[in-house]
Amino acid sequence: MSAAPSGFSLTDQNGQTRAFPTGRPSLIAFLKEDCNTCNLVAPILEAFHQAWGEQADIWVLGQSKDGNQILQDRHGLTLPVLDDSALKTSFAWGFEIVPAVYWLDAEGQGGPCVEGFVRTEWQALAQQISADLKASDCDVVWADLPDWRPGCGSKHLDPEIHDRLLAEADNSPIRARRIEIASSDDLDEFMFDQGFSDGLPLVPPTPERVLRMLSGTQRGSQEIVAVVPPNMAPATVEKVAINAVMAGCRPEYLPVVIAALEAVCTDEFNMHGVTATTMGASPVLVINGPIRQKLGMNMKLGALGPDNRANATIGRALRLIIRNVGGAKPGGVDRSTLSTPMKFTMCFPEWEEGSPWEPLHVERGFAASDSVVTAFAMTSGPVQIVDQESRQPDQIAGTLGLGLEGMFLAKIHRMPVDALLVVCPEHVKTLLSDGPYSKARLRDRIQEVTRRPLRDMVANEISGAGIPLASAAKMTEAQLDMLVPKFSSDQHIHIVVAGSEAGKFSAAFHGWVTGPAGSVSVSRKIEC
Amino acid sequence: MTTILDPTDERVPVERQITARTGDISGIVGLLDIHKPRGNILLDELELLLATRYPKVELRRYTKPTFAKPCPSDLRLQIRSECDYLVEALAD
Repeated sequence: MSAAPSGFSLTDQNGQTRAFPTGRPSLIAFLKEDCNTCNLVAPILEAFHQAWGEQADIWVLGQSKDGNQILQDRHGLTLPVLDDSALKTSFAWGFEIVPAVYWLDAEGQGGPCVEGFVRTEWQALAQQISADLKASDCDVVWADLPDWRPGCGSKHLDPEIHDRLLAEADNSPIRARRIEIASSDDLDEFMFDQGFSDGLPLVPPTPERVLRMLSGTQRGSQEIVAVVPPNMAPATVEKVAINAVMAGCRPEYLPVVIAALEAVCTDEFNMHGVTATTMGASPVLVINGPIRQKLGMNMKLGALGPDNRANATIGRALRLIIRNVGGAKPGGVDRSTLSTPMKFTMCFPEWEEGSPWEPLHVERGFAASDSVVTAFAMTSGPVQIVDQESRQPDQIAGTLGLGLEGMFLAKIHRMPVDALLVVCPEHVKTLLSDGPYSKARLRDRIQEVTRRPLRDMVANEISGAGIPLASAAKMTEAQLDMLVPKFSSDQHIHIVVAGSEAGKFSAAFHGWVTGPAGSVSVSRKIEC
Repeated sequence: MTTILDPTDERVPVERQITARTGDISGIVGLLDIHKPRGNILLDELELLLATRYPKVELRRYTKPTFAKPCPSDLRLQIRSECDYLVEALAD
């Protein structure tokens, strides 16, 4: 495959600048010194130059400075050898194999590129040139040459080099401001100094890495994914990719990061409030569907902890975007009193295969085959709920309820606040020991075991929180005796399964202000 | 030399200047309750003080639907079109 030849201006071995097209017919040959076939054809090109150099420009474009000198010395070349060590002309012309040879007219237009060495093709090329120039044949003994020799991959196609060239090309998808860092500077320290970091080291977002990251999505690099609070800054796919690189993501994670950003930048999720609250809230991302397996996410042993790259870096990428694009920084709009380690990252997949229930995304209206990210605004977690003794389903369900009762403050009940309960496989097993145990029954049980009389919520000498004394004084005894559960509605109890098959330790995340005045959990389909 | 790409929104920060102080208050003063607990109490007191000290000033009360979200743009525009000054009360 080759793109059309385009104009260039390069210097030859004598320092002379040579521009193409030349106004004369020309033979442009791309060579690489360490390619055997290039060395085979170099003397042929010199013979072409001797024969037709008066009427046409016969030029070699070499792909390395040192190599060009060696080629010249080895073959006694007198034809111009131009320096394309930057490989920009090789990249622009778009061939794949060297030697690559083009026979072109005075305007730089011409026939197809000849790649490698097939003797009959080269002979035909020589005949074409002599015919076009109405000149005699060149001095090449074709019979002494092999029938065929394969070429080598052009140097501009080395993955690292090609990505750099693509990033620098005029039609590059890269539009972000480039920051040049002197080689004497420490790159990592520079990024800390610029305030790009969450406090942990970053992967430098070089144009090559960002290009590779962009290959993870079909979306255009300049498409706006979301307007990011608190600065209401538009985040392009490119900006998402830059921050995903810094977070340590692989390109295949990018669609998840994009969907997560879309989810949290909705009015329902209210990322501004989640950022600003002194309570310290942050998105907790739950991943469902086939992408969990595709990305090798960890949904079992240690699912809520470190060590899995996808779990760790997807959540971190989202946080870095909120921070770097949205401008959410502690001391700025982020006013968290204590904050939470979830502001570094918090993302995990549900172990759907280990769950007796519909996965979270199916419960929320998606197809099981969809890949979905669900974002919850949470202030605490994971808080362990420990029960190694219960053997009856209702006992375990009761324990999970009592574990949730501590949310915010144990004495406060009837809370219109979300909780995300992560049930471990051993607790699931006990729940199912007498037969099916639905999520609805589990929610009912949680509400049942956390019922307390309103009088327990009245402010007292132990804690001034709860129902003010003045309000309690206006309540009847019957009202004070009314039993109220922990949650104002069982819809606030979200349930997923994850974790190792060994260990009776479930966990819960505690929400923030749930509802239109605060945050509502949001799910987005991941477009893979 | 290494090149990296800017991960931020690339906005050039604009230094904001405080509006010049006139030393007097006239016209319409808006009092915005952001809907935090006891914000109304703070503004009640302030309204009383302003009304006593500047009887010719008209005072108008506004309330955000929730303190947890930015001010809705309709309300922001309404305040801007109706008021010469605005006092926004935090509370708790």
